[in-house]
Amino acid sequence: MSQACTSEETMTVAAARMLRDGAVCFVGIGLPSTAANLARLTHAPNAVLVYESGPIGAKPSVLPLSIGDGNLAETADTVVSTPEIFRYWLQGGRIDVGFLGAAQLDRFANINTTVVGPYHNPKVRLPGAGGAPEISSSAGEVLVIVKHSRRTLVEKLDFITSVGFLTGGGARERAGLLGKGPVAVITDLCILRPHPVTRELQVAAIHPGVARDTIVDATGWPIQFSDDCGETQAPTINELEVLRELLARTAAAHGVSGEAA
Amino acid sequence: MAEWTTLAEAVKAHVHDGQTIAMEGFTHLIPFAAGHEIIRQRRRNLSLIRMTPDLIYDQLIGAGCAARMTFSWGGNPGVGSLHRFRDAVENGWPAPLAIEERSHSDLANAYVAGAANLPFAVLRGYTGSDFARVNDRIRSITCPFTGEVLAATPAVRPDVAIIHAQKADFKGNVLLWGILGVQKEAVLAAKTAIVTVEERVPSLEAPPNACVLPSWVVTAVCEVPRGATPSYAHGYYDRDNLFYQAWDEVSRDRGRFAAWLDRYIYATSDFADYRKLQSDLRAQAVSS
Repeated sequence: MSQACTSEETMTVAAARMLRDGAVCFVGIGLPSTAANLARLTHAPNAVLVYESGPIGAKPSVLPLSIGDGNLAETADTVVSTPEIFRYWLQGGRIDVGFLGAAQLDRFANINTTVVGPYHNPKVRLPGAGGAPEISSSAGEVLVIVKHSRRTLVEKLDFITSVGFLTGGGARERAGLLGKGPVAVITDLCILRPHPVTRELQVAAIHPGVARDTIVDATGWPIQFSDDCGETQAPTINELEVLRELLARTAAAHGVSGEAA
Repeated sequence: MAEWTTLAEAVKAHVHDGQTIAMEGFTHLIPFAAGHEIIRQRRRNLSLIRMTPDLIYDQLIGAGCAARMTFSWGGNPGVGSLHRFRDAVENGWPAPLAIEERSHSDLANAYVAGAANLPFAVLRGYTGSDFARVNDRIRSITCPFTGEVLAATPAVRPDVAIIHAQKADFKGNVLLWGILGVQKEAVLAAKTAIVTVEERVPSLEAPPNACVLPSWVVTAVCEVPRGATPSYAHGYYDRDNLFYQAWDEVSRDRGRFAAWLDRYIYATSDFADYRKLQSDLRAQAVSS
């Protein structure tokens, strides 16, 4: 049973479903945080959300605007320092899933959040690494959520900030990276998964109502569709209600206080 | 022993042109009042270190205080770009800004190394990425026991660390809680430490294991209520999200930023004066 929804809602719901109940998830801010909290509020109430600012087991009632909002600390099982979160918990191998966003992504799910154009003379200076390089290498596996466009899914990255499968095949394993790497990339058009041998991202499921040509046109490399490519199950009424309530609570909470600059 | 002083006196005495300054606070307890005072006293040629430059370094960069910045994530959290930072990197305005870019994990480890009086940090990081290609201080080391190749990066050893905390007692012992970031490590890695606090209290009444910085690792302590706004102080006030959103517009345009600087920093005498101006204007906006 489903109802009309936006492509962004379908993306968020599809991403949330990837997080299994009980998983320990290192959560990036923005779309990953929305999806991870939707999972926690629907099918995965025992998911443990870890934020790089130090909260472990955060259960925020509204989405954080920044990675270190007070409600993450107040609702967490414990709050540790930033060195500890990276040293003991991420590098220590305690994280099942890393949930990341991306400014740019290539066919092997390598991520750029650093610069567009030459590094020393950039066309666009992006925010940079944050925790992503070590999340992408040390988490047991990685989920990426990103809006689908030719500007985002590109033929070649100007800078590799966080690694996926490097040049494909066994390159990631040969480099000695511990985690499995990206297992799915969820966009507002489809779900991409790495080919088991080449590790090139392929369309594994298409969101309802999206044409194959739309995906081809919005991808910066000649995108392949897997042989068993199916359709994403549409968001349920419950998933959409929980998501919309979460976003409404968030807007109400972040929009009321504060001073103008 | 920490000396209780005004913030203006602390900056005048301990922050000098050309120094390496780390002003930490991970989204929480960002020492904005101290940043304003450094701008007001027109320090120049600073090497700034901070994991998340945030608005505090956007302001310092735009005001021309910085020659160099080491950082690991340079955005306006929840909003978008830091426009003054981008203008400096992309266009050299108001002056070129040399950058040293690291990851969060690296910088956190590098502060730990600094606090531990070690020359470098060692971590499992950067493998396969392009960081080492653009930063020759990101190198590798082979484990003498296992042969594993690990990233090695220089320790952070600032001349001055500046943080904001909730409380300090009369002797200058400092207590902070909530999201702690790398503040303790920054203070212990630095030669000199300035701490601004929400309030001066007779006793901290801190439980065992609380994050307390003893007076004797702090150089100067200054009472600056709301000194972390527009970030937040756990237990005192919330993050001023509207300021972060409004900053996107203020900072986007050089002229508008310069006008903000003139009106809110150079024309105010201290942080209390800045806050009074801000609340007066807000009251006018509400009543008009």
